[in-house]
Amino acid sequence: MTHIAKPKFQHPKLPVNGLGLTRRNYEGVVSTLCAGCGHDSISAAIIEACFELEIPAHRIAKISGIGCSSKTTNYFLSRAHGFNSVHGRMPSVATGANLANPDLTYLGVSGDGDTASIGLGQFSHAVRRRLNMVYIVENNGTYGLTKGQFSATNDKISKSRKGVENRFESIDLCSLAIELGAGFVARSFSGDKAQLVPLIKAAMSYRGFAFLDVISPCVTFNNHSNSTKSYDYVREHNEVLDVLDLVPQRSEISTDYQPGTSVEVTLHDGSEIKLHKLSQDYDPSDHGSALLNLYQYKQQNTVATGVLYLDPNESDMHDLLMTCEQPLNTLRDNALCPGSAVLDTLNSQFK
Amino acid sequence: MKPTDVADPTYFHKVVDCQWACPAHTPVPEYIRLIAQRRYSDAFMINWKSNVFPGVLGRTCDRPCEPACRRTRIEQKPVAICRLKRVAADNRGDVSHRLPAIPSQKNGKRIALIGAGPASLTVARDLLPLGYECVLFEKDRQSGGLMRTNIPSFRLPVDVLDDEVERILDLGVEVRFNTEVSSLKSVLNEGFDAVFIGTGAPRGKDLAITGRRQANANIHLGIDFLTSVAFKHTESIGRRVLVIGGGNTAMDCCRTALRMGGDDVRVTVRSPREDMKASDWEIEDAEREGIPILDNHSPIEFLIEDGRLHGVVFERMQAHYDGFGRRSLSPSGEPPVVIECDDVLMAIGQNNAFPWIERDIGIVFDDTGMPVVDAQTFQSTLPEVFFGGDAAWGPKNIIWAVAHGHQAAISIDLKCREISLTNRPPPMTNLFSQKMGIHEWSYENDISIEQRLAVPHADLAKSLKSLTTEVELGYDGQMAMEEATRCLNCDIQTVFSESLCIECDACVDICPVDCINFTQNEEETPLRAQLRVPATNLDQDLYVSDYLNTGRVMVKDEDVCLHCGLCAERCPTSAWDMQKFLFLDGMATASQELADAN
Repeated sequence: MTHIAKPKFQHPKLPVNGLGLTRRNYEGVVSTLCAGCGHDSISAAIIEACFELEIPAHRIAKISGIGCSSKTTNYFLSRAHGFNSVHGRMPSVATGANLANPDLTYLGVSGDGDTASIGLGQFSHAVRRRLNMVYIVENNGTYGLTKGQFSATNDKISKSRKGVENRFESIDLCSLAIELGAGFVARSFSGDKAQLVPLIKAAMSYRGFAFLDVISPCVTFNNHSNSTKSYDYVREHNEVLDVLDLVPQRSEISTDYQPGTSVEVTLHDGSEIKLHKLSQDYDPSDHGSALLNLYQYKQQNTVATGVLYLDPNESDMHDLLMTCEQPLNTLRDNALCPGSAVLDTLNSQFK
Repeated sequence: MKPTDVADPTYFHKVVDCQWACPAHTPVPEYIRLIAQRRYSDAFMINWKSNVFPGVLGRTCDRPCEPACRRTRIEQKPVAICRLKRVAADNRGDVSHRLPAIPSQKNGKRIALIGAGPASLTVARDLLPLGYECVLFEKDRQSGGLMRTNIPSFRLPVDVLDDEVERILDLGVEVRFNTEVSSLKSVLNEGFDAVFIGTGAPRGKDLAITGRRQANANIHLGIDFLTSVAFKHTESIGRRVLVIGGGNTAMDCCRTALRMGGDDVRVTVRSPREDMKASDWEIEDAEREGIPILDNHSPIEFLIEDGRLHGVVFERMQAHYDGFGRRSLSPSGEPPVVIECDDVLMAIGQNNAFPWIERDIGIVFDDTGMPVVDAQTFQSTLPEVFFGGDAAWGPKNIIWAVAHGHQAAISIDLKCREISLTNRPPPMTNLFSQKMGIHEWSYENDISIEQRLAVPHADLAKSLKSLTTEVELGYDGQMAMEEATRCLNCDIQTVFSESLCIECDACVDICPVDCINFTQNEEETPLRAQLRVPATNLDQDLYVSDYLNTGRVMVKDEDVCLHCGLCAERCPTSAWDMQKFLFLDGMATASQELADAN
């Protein structure tokens, strides 16, 4: 929270993207979260990613539920479409919007409470439907707005600030997403924008359900020495599995990695994801290997970050449902109600 | 890079661009804040201590502070620092009770000050409170030097000047007006403990071209003309007046001529318009009064008809620039231009002249006829003789004369106390937090995006009729407050404590001008290149922290920091704090410490 308005002045040499915009043009209002909140860094990473992808803000719809994380959609892309929905119900709103108009980029922002507790059912089904969206969980393992109770993603070994033990097993949202059919699953850390920004860019370019679990320390309730979601803990226990590079369609590929250490995936829009593996014995395009990996890292109390699973075959809800090419919200009356002759033809098929 | 040593007073001083640029190091943001609060007397006293003549300088200063203002790097125009200073001077209350006490018991040392201009008056102001006796020699009947003789009253009203000069004389200067010193030896023979020479650059340059001698009755040297107008010896001038020269004196000459009956006044300059020496605002003022400025005109002959000046012949010039931007002028080959006129005012520069200093008393002069003076101590080769102001290094501006006066006063004091002249009093610095509470800071950090306010002017027709009607009316209280809030408070420093930082990036994310970075350390050149926005302004320092837990360092580019305090506001651990840096330049002091240190 701050009472100082962010000055309009910007650095006179601030870079400009292909749309003639600076990253400041992608900002929202000043955050009202606690100073030092990881969520604010994620907002900044989203701003940076949209600036670099050169997406006009009005082609993005940002949708959220309830919680500290869900408030943040107000703090970036003030010119984008937005829907701050009901607690845990962001996936439904996103599904409806996406059905009506698949041409927008859907950016869902949620928290560990909004996704892993009240919204777990909604989350699971959005993943199953392969809703074409980026789903970011700003994961701090705690209910910040209600004064720091454990959330469902808080690791069992992680105690509260006052030393209270956590009795329940934690939900690993990445494993769940992989199991239920998400095509792009990654984990990152709010304190590492060098990793986070390319992941957001790749997720936004991917067609299908792209899930990002971003560990985002709660400076007020969950950044102490007994926490596994603190800045210090994540930095000490971070195992970076791979380095992602999103190569836009129009540029030449310049980085060269040793054969066998990189995975390349060309996306539907022609851009290419180049994944440089840091760990040899793991294949991010293999379902089973990814899940096993995650399980092992969890056993070791290690935070595995990077792309955890990537399905090279992009597919989304519209493919599964075989919807028409034209967005539903642009269909005119004559298409929606083609008349009795067409109805008769249709009915005759069922005779 | 090594971590920045913020304990070194020059580091944060440099961040306060205006104060750093001011020769007298006036704490500009400090007094601008007071003006915004309408605490004019307090603002005046801060100025008075540093620059001695706030009312005069608030109207006439060359303002080195303004091109340095951070706002010029963020938007276009600097804060109107100079004109805000005038607001403090014009609206102050009685300050007589705040002036330094003058000891009745003198210290027994007598100092001669030759020439009653800003440099000598500054020396007197600094030394009188320490118990010195100061004797001021002046050839004219009043003091003020060029401030009185060369700056017209429509720019600097006489009562403003009198007030500021008398404030110093009233501290107890022994004045000897109408006393032109014709021999330094005789002054030295009076047994002074030190002599300060602040006689300015009193000799206008002349042009030795055809017709100069025959036309003498109608050719006047600019500064002599202005002096003679100031003392009311000259009260009229011809109808058609030609001013030759492109400096500030030329601007004063043409505007004065316009007010004395000249109705066809023009200025000619040898160089292109953009290379004119006059300050932009003084050129603007002349042009606003309808005076044409003809550039690339070099005078080659004075035309005589019936034994008197009839006109001037000019050769047209052309400027050439070499690869280093150095300019040379040569004739363009166009036919010569004849401009008819009744009088010519020659304002093509000034020289120093020291015919009254005997060459055998130990003062060494260089090839150009200038005394050899130490750049730090202002001491000549004769240890008890000091120079300052234009007399030391040729024509500059009042604010330089003041700065020289302060330094010379320090030297004279050290000399009289038999302390080494290089053992100079250090600056007083102070750095303290401005945090008042949660989200509460003791300064206005809501950055104004307003443009610079123009100073209102008197009605043109009315002001052209009078030599004494001040052209600029000055800001009123409301305008001054608005202009003052444009100040970015560069003295409220962003101070970083690496031991508190948890590297959450909150400051990086919120900084409106992208000047904060957490990055791998490098040598300065690659480090500058790898920042979020590369730091290309090499005049501005990088603030580099020690290594943090992740092995990175914090690097802040000071260049366009708005001092808005959002980094400190968004920092969860107070690793950033906004702390006010007060820097007061060293002054002549009664301190015993210097003597002990000797």
